[in-house]
Amino acid sequence: MSSNPGLYVHVPFCKTKCPYCDFYSITDLSLMDAWLKALKHEAAIYRDEFSAFDSLYLGGGTPSLLSYQQMETLKDILRTHFDFTPDVEITIEVNPDDMTREKLKFLESMGVNRISIGVQSFNDEVLTFLKRRHTASVAEKAIDLIRLCGFSNFGIDLMYGIPGQTEDCWLETLRCALAFQPAHLSCYQFTLEERTPYGRLKAEGKLHPAGECEEKRFFLSTSDFLKSKGFIHYEVSNFAKTQKRESRHNKKYWQHIPYLGLGPAAHSFKNGMRWWNHRSVERYCQALTAGEKPVEASETLSPEQLRLERLFLGFRTKGGVPLDDVSGNPKYDSTLSRLKQSRHVTVRKNRIIPTQKGYLIADRLPLMFFD
Amino acid sequence: MKQIRNFSIIAHIDHGKSTLADRLIQYAHLVDDRQFRDQILDTMDIERERGITIKSQTVNLPYTSKDGNEFELNLIDTPGHVDFSYEVSRALASCEGVLLLVDASQGVEAQTLANLYAAMENNLVIIPVINKIDLPSADIDRVKDEIEHELGLDAESALLCSAKEGTGIEDIFEAIVERIPPPSGNTENPLTALIFDAQYDSFRGTIVSCRVFDGVVHPGDTIRLMAMGSTHKVEEVGIFRLKMEPEKELSAGEVGYIIASIKTVSDTRIGDTITLDTNPAARLLPGFKEVKPVVFSSIYPIASDDYHSLADALEKYKLNDAALVYQKDSSAALGHGFRCGFLGLLHLEIVQERLEREFDQSIIMTSPSVQYRFLLSDGSTVIIDNPTYYPDPTEIEKSYEPYIRASIMIPERYVGLVIKLCMDRRGVNSHLNYPTAGRVEIAFDMPLAEVIFDFYDKLKSITQGYGSFDYEIIDYRESDLSKLDILVNGEKVDALSTIVHRDRARERAVNACEKLRDEIPRQQFKIAIQGAIGGKIISRSTITPFRKDVTAKCYGGDISRKRKLLEKQKKGKKRMKIVGSVEIPQSAFMAVLKTDNE
Repeated sequence: MSSNPGLYVHVPFCKTKCPYCDFYSITDLSLMDAWLKALKHEAAIYRDEFSAFDSLYLGGGTPSLLSYQQMETLKDILRTHFDFTPDVEITIEVNPDDMTREKLKFLESMGVNRISIGVQSFNDEVLTFLKRRHTASVAEKAIDLIRLCGFSNFGIDLMYGIPGQTEDCWLETLRCALAFQPAHLSCYQFTLEERTPYGRLKAEGKLHPAGECEEKRFFLSTSDFLKSKGFIHYEVSNFAKTQKRESRHNKKYWQHIPYLGLGPAAHSFKNGMRWWNHRSVERYCQALTAGEKPVEASETLSPEQLRLERLFLGFRTKGGVPLDDVSGNPKYDSTLSRLKQSRHVTVRKNRIIPTQKGYLIADRLPLMFFD
Repeated sequence: MKQIRNFSIIAHIDHGKSTLADRLIQYAHLVDDRQFRDQILDTMDIERERGITIKSQTVNLPYTSKDGNEFELNLIDTPGHVDFSYEVSRALASCEGVLLLVDASQGVEAQTLANLYAAMENNLVIIPVINKIDLPSADIDRVKDEIEHELGLDAESALLCSAKEGTGIEDIFEAIVERIPPPSGNTENPLTALIFDAQYDSFRGTIVSCRVFDGVVHPGDTIRLMAMGSTHKVEEVGIFRLKMEPEKELSAGEVGYIIASIKTVSDTRIGDTITLDTNPAARLLPGFKEVKPVVFSSIYPIASDDYHSLADALEKYKLNDAALVYQKDSSAALGHGFRCGFLGLLHLEIVQERLEREFDQSIIMTSPSVQYRFLLSDGSTVIIDNPTYYPDPTEIEKSYEPYIRASIMIPERYVGLVIKLCMDRRGVNSHLNYPTAGRVEIAFDMPLAEVIFDFYDKLKSITQGYGSFDYEIIDYRESDLSKLDILVNGEKVDALSTIVHRDRARERAVNACEKLRDEIPRQQFKIAIQGAIGGKIISRSTITPFRKDVTAKCYGGDISRKRKLLEKQKKGKKRMKIVGSVEIPQSAFMAVLKTDNE
C-alpha cells in the first residue's frame, strides 16, 4: 500500500448551485483569478512540508469550469511548489454540460489520467428535480467523448433514493452507466443536508427523505447488481471494476494517509493533525493576501480519537479495521463474536472486514468497541 | 453585649426567597457589587441551575438602624422543598422570627401555609412580606386579604418589596430589628447549641452550623454531641460572612460554626444538641429526630470495574449529606451496587447529579420504590424497599403500603382536573376547603408510591403552574400488591421490576413496555420487551432493529464532523448499562414508572 501523501485542490466555483449539494462553492466566477492567485500563496506555505504526492485530485465546485489559461497557471503552481511521483494519479471532476473534445484533449495534455463525471442520473425527470444543467442525452454524449479521447480510467457519480425515484428507475440508470464500461462508480444515497435549500425544505416538512427500509433496499440492490457485474464494493458508496481502479486519492482519507487540501474549505491531515481552510473565497483570499495561513481551525487527534476514526472509517471500507484496535478487552471480544455470528463482519488476516450487511450499519459498529 | 437578631425567610418555591436574601446581603455590603453574584447563598451548581436551595446556608449581616444602633442579623437560609421539611424545622428552631414571603401575584400557596405552621410551632415572630410588587400582575389588595384570612395575620403589618428591583429593603431591616425580639439565653448556663446544618470540607473536616442558646463555646473546649454521645475537641469557632470568619467564642444568642475534630458528617445529626463535656446541659433541646428515607433506589456503576470507585464516592458524598443512607446491593442484571434511601425524589435526583458531576461517577439508578410491608403466613413481617426481594406470593397473607396526606392548593377552576388526577393515583378520603373565594385546598389520602414519581409535575402541568403541593406520611394501609417484572429479549431484568397495585398491574405493564420501547435505543437486532406478573406475560412491545445506518459520503471535511457526532453518541452511551446484549439507558429505569398515556 502506498503511503505517499495526496494533494487536493478545491475549485469552489459553479455556474449554478444544485439544491442538494453541501460542498462549498459560489457562482460569482469573477473571483476565480483572485482564488488562483491566493492558491499560489497557499502552495508556497506548504512547499517543503510534504513528500512526493502520488495523487492529485481537482474537486469542487466544478473544476471543469477553469479556462485553459487558469488550468495552465494551476499546473505551474503545483509543479513549482510540489513533487509528484512518476505514476501520480491525477483526477478531475467534470460536469457533463461543459465537456468538449477539445477540452478533454487539453486535460490529457495537462497530465490528467482519471476523470470523475457528475452524472447523478440518466433519467431526465430526476435530473430536473436535482436542478442539474444537463439532460441524460448530454451526459451520454459527454461520456462518449471521454471514451473517444482515450480515457479508460473514468468514473461516473450517481445518486439513488431520490424522492419520486423507484427502484426500477434507479436500476435503469445503473444499466445505462454500465453500458459505458466505466472503471469506477460512486453511488451515493441522496441525503438532505442541513445547510442546503433541500435540507431546509426537509426541515419545513416539505421534502421527505426515503424511509430506512427503502434505503436498505436501494443499497442492497445496488451492491448486488454491481457485484454481479464484476465490480468490487470497496467502500460504502464506491465500486471499482478492478482493485487498481479504486480511487487512490480517496482511499487516503479513509486510511489516515497524509493529505494536503488547497483552496477554501479544503481539509488537510498530517501527523495526527487535521486542519481546514475558511469556507469563504473572500476570507481565504484575504488571509493569504495578508500573508497568513487561510486556516479556519485545526485539531490534534488523541490516540483515542485516532482509534475512533480508524474504526468508523475502517468499517466503511473493504479493508476493514485492524484486529489490534479492538483487542485487550473481553467485552470487545464478545461483541466481535456476536457480530461475526450475525454476519456483520468477518475476520481475515488480522483485520475485521465488514460484510455487505455490515456496511449497512457501518455507523453503528464503531461505538460497540468503546466503553 | 451585641444586639442580635436571628431570622429566616420562608416562602413557597419561586416566591423570590433567594433573590431577597441576595438583596439583604448586598445592602449589608459584605461584598462589593462587582463581585456580587446573584443568589449568592446557593453555592452548589445544582442549586443555581434549579433555582432551589438544597443545603441551608447562614450569613451574618451587620446593620445600623435608623436610630443609630448597631445590630448583627443572622439570616438562616432554609431549604425550599418538601423533601427537606425536617431541616427547615431545625433552621426555624434556631430563629426568633421569620420573614414570610408571599408573591404579589400568586398569593398564598400550600407551602406558605406549611411554612407558617412550622414557624408558629416554634413561637416565632412573623413578618409578612409581599414580594414582586413590580409585576404587572401584582394584586396587593388580594394578597393582603389572603394574608389576613388564610394565614390569620395582620395584613396591615405586611411590608411591600420587590427583591428583584431592590425596593423596600430598608423597611425590612427596620422591621427585623424592631419586631423580632433579641435572643434570650444566659452565658452563665451550661452550653446548649442546636445543630441545624453540617457540611464536610475536605480541608477542614466537618463544619457544624449551630445556634447557641445558652452558655459559651471557645476553641480548645471539649464538646459533646448529646444524641450521638460523642465528644470532640473544638478547633475553631466563628461566623459566616459568605466566608468563614473565626471568632474568639460563640455565646448565647449567636449563630455560627464550630469546627471540631469530627471525622464524618454522619457523626453529626441535624437537630442534635452540642454541650460541654465538662459541664453538660441536663437535656437535649426539643425536636430532635432521625430523618428517615422514604424513597429507595439502587445505584450501580455503568462499568462493573468502577464498583470500588463508586463505594469511595458514596462514602465521601455522605460526609456532606447525612440524610442519604445506603448499603451494598447486587442485581443479576446490573452486578454489584448500592441500595440507597432518600428523603424524596428530588433528593434522589440531587444525589445522582452530584455523584456524576462532583465525583465523576458514571452510574445507573434503578426505578425508585417506597417501603412496603408484608405479613407472611408464618406470622412474621418483612419490610421490602427493593422489588428484587419481593416475598414468595404464596406466603403473603397481607401487604401494606405507605400512605400520605396530600395537601394541594389550587385556583377553583382546576378542582375537577385535580380531583381526577388524585383519584387516578388511588387517592381516597378527600376533603375540600375554601380558604378564600376562588381558591381551594384539596386534601387526599394517597399511596406514597403514586406521588413519588411524576405526580407533582403532572399537577403543575394540569394547573398550568398554579397548583402547589405538600404532603406528610400518615400510615401504612393494606393494599393488594404484586410484582411486575420486565423481560428484555426473554431475560428478566431484575432492576426494572416494580411493585404495583394489582388493579393497576395490566395498565402499568402496558405503559412500561411502551415507554421502554421509546427509551431503549434501537440496535442491529430486534429487541422484545415483555411485562410479566408471576411468570405470566401480560404486555409486550418490540424495538425494531436498525435496517440501515450509514452516511453516504465521507471525505475530507466529513471525517471530523462524523467523529464529533460519534463522540457525542459515545458520551450518551456512558449513561447506558449493557444487560445481556442490550444497552439500557438511565432513562429506561425511570420510564417504567411513568404513568401518562400521551
